[in-house]
Amino acid sequence: MAATTARLGGFRARFGGGGRRSQRAAYLYLIPAFAVMGVITLYPLAFQVWMSFTNMAPINLNVRANVPPDFVGLKNYQDIISSQLAIPNYNFIRLIIYNLFWALSNVAIHLVAGVGIALLLNVKGLWFRKFYRALYIIPVVIPPIIVATVWHNMFDKNDGAINLILAGVGGFIGMPAEAFQIDWLRQVQAPVSWLLPSTPDGPNLALPLAFYAMLVTNTWLGWPLNSVVATGALQSIPNDLYEAAEMDGATPWNKFRHITLAYLRPAMLPYAIYGFVITFNLFSLAYWMSGGGPEGRTELLVTQAYALANVQRLYGVAAAFAVIMFFILLAITLVTNRLTKATQSYSL
Amino acid sequence: MAVVAKEPIYDTIRPTAARFGLRSTRGRPGLIKQALLQALCLFIGLTVIFPVLWVFSVSLDPLNRSRPEGLALIPDGATFDSYRQVLERPTNNPITFPQLLANSLKIALGTSIISVIIGVFAAYAFSRLRFRGRETLMLVILGVLMLPAVAAITPLFVLLNSVQLDLPVIGAFNLRQSLLGLGLAIVSGLLPFAIWNLKGYLDTIPRDLEEAAAVDGADIHQTFLRVILPLAMPALAVTAFLGFIAGWTEFYFTSTFLSGTVPNHTLALALNSMVGSFASTPWSAFSAFAILFAIPPAIVYFFAQRWITSGLAIGAVKG
Repeated sequence: MAATTARLGGFRARFGGGGRRSQRAAYLYLIPAFAVMGVITLYPLAFQVWMSFTNMAPINLNVRANVPPDFVGLKNYQDIISSQLAIPNYNFIRLIIYNLFWALSNVAIHLVAGVGIALLLNVKGLWFRKFYRALYIIPVVIPPIIVATVWHNMFDKNDGAINLILAGVGGFIGMPAEAFQIDWLRQVQAPVSWLLPSTPDGPNLALPLAFYAMLVTNTWLGWPLNSVVATGALQSIPNDLYEAAEMDGATPWNKFRHITLAYLRPAMLPYAIYGFVITFNLFSLAYWMSGGGPEGRTELLVTQAYALANVQRLYGVAAAFAVIMFFILLAITLVTNRLTKATQSYSL
Repeated sequence: MAVVAKEPIYDTIRPTAARFGLRSTRGRPGLIKQALLQALCLFIGLTVIFPVLWVFSVSLDPLNRSRPEGLALIPDGATFDSYRQVLERPTNNPITFPQLLANSLKIALGTSIISVIIGVFAAYAFSRLRFRGRETLMLVILGVLMLPAVAAITPLFVLLNSVQLDLPVIGAFNLRQSLLGLGLAIVSGLLPFAIWNLKGYLDTIPRDLEEAAAVDGADIHQTFLRVILPLAMPALAVTAFLGFIAGWTEFYFTSTFLSGTVPNHTLALALNSMVGSFASTPWSAFSAFAILFAIPPAIVYFFAQRWITSGLAIGAVKG
């Protein structure tokens, strides 16, 4: 017994206590990862900060000519933030506002639909429950690049499935098929003018049809995982709680609000935040469906960063843009971390 | 995990009138309510399955038809010609499907396996060992994870491009245009993810077994190799699979680095050149290609989904 305790003490010293041997072993285990990351992750990111103060362009990449780029100070940052870049349809303020609205609106819909459908599948005595659970997981398993490219074709003006379905439904109420030649992804005029209104001298924020097309696509893509998480939380609610509430004469609404929602909230909030970040950086839909258009009004930070590096090839500007993105995401992370902490202290 | 709610005993002796009637007993829906619920569930199911059925039906169109004619599940003149075509030469570029597949597999397998193998050592250190600088290094990894891969294109492009050699056998070699360079760029984002995801898993493994091993005199390395590593195998598999998907669908680096180097093109890059307003590919060929591209990872994902989502949930909570 004494020997056991002594050995356990040794274990603690080696593993938990931070003794010198444990320290050395820890660094030994970290060396491979940090050696690799140092060369291909951390050094490039530091190099990116240096690049952001230069006007690096394709001409500076020629190894034989070896022309170094000029140092331009904070000019790239100023140009990006004041929307002075010489590229079409670029507006920094619109990018930020649209990107935030895109993520918020999507996550709100995902949450409501995901929880609603989880509740539907949780109804006692529902037939074929397992079948539906398996069926509803399909969007999760399809790579986003496929989802985006397939839905791009589905929203096609002439041959897309969406317009054909609408024309079929419209035919029932006597509407001509020509009424459904909707140019979902390219129409410039905004269908709802009061949603995200623009100020007279500000950027054009009006949400084009492409936004709604991508909202539909991302809803299809996003609610099932929310539903999986919500189902897990629903199944962890003890049945006694409902029975006890019933004995106390609680109405169904009261039971839903004070038991179901109370249990769902701590499970759903971290997942909603995770979904927010994923949607905020969702490259595939904006790139393959709308291409950021019309007039760049559905451009996201990620697609703009890609265009700066790959289309415009303004490497210095692209580097500064990535640094700015880092600080925007840092701000989002700090805010969401505070939100998570606030709910952790929330007791049932 | 899935705890099925036990039905109270009185439910089994519910009145038969209620079973067939309109009135529901204790939460069990009556027939009419059941029918409404089924209709709703089927409608949702239809919206979920519709794009899949649509892309399947378009893929059966004959190749001389550039766009589908209507919404028939099995179109007129249905044929598997487009599959045959994309399995030979999917795009205008002189590269065959097997070559594209080989490049995609090299990238996806190589990057995911390397990230997991290197990552699990660091994950073990972060999860189990205490050392100076632990918090700082974890913050470094979190900071890298926060930044989407797109934001690292520029420096990686410039740095990989600066490695240009004249090799004896291969001739002129530009790291940026090679699969090796692309792999390095992908690992630069995948490795921090692997470390973080694996650390999340290792944190959930109870410490009793390690303490028992310590009682038997095992040192840190033996504990890692004999206790932790076997227990972490499912986590390694899931992380490797997620990395595989990331490599399989990687687009930003591939398109930026390799678009001029046709022999190194991947399936994702070929897919990209088949869509858009300027692509001349018939929709049937694109659809067939999309199905071939999506099916292998989709099948694995479908059956491993429970483990994958629970792993993601852990990562999400920690992140």
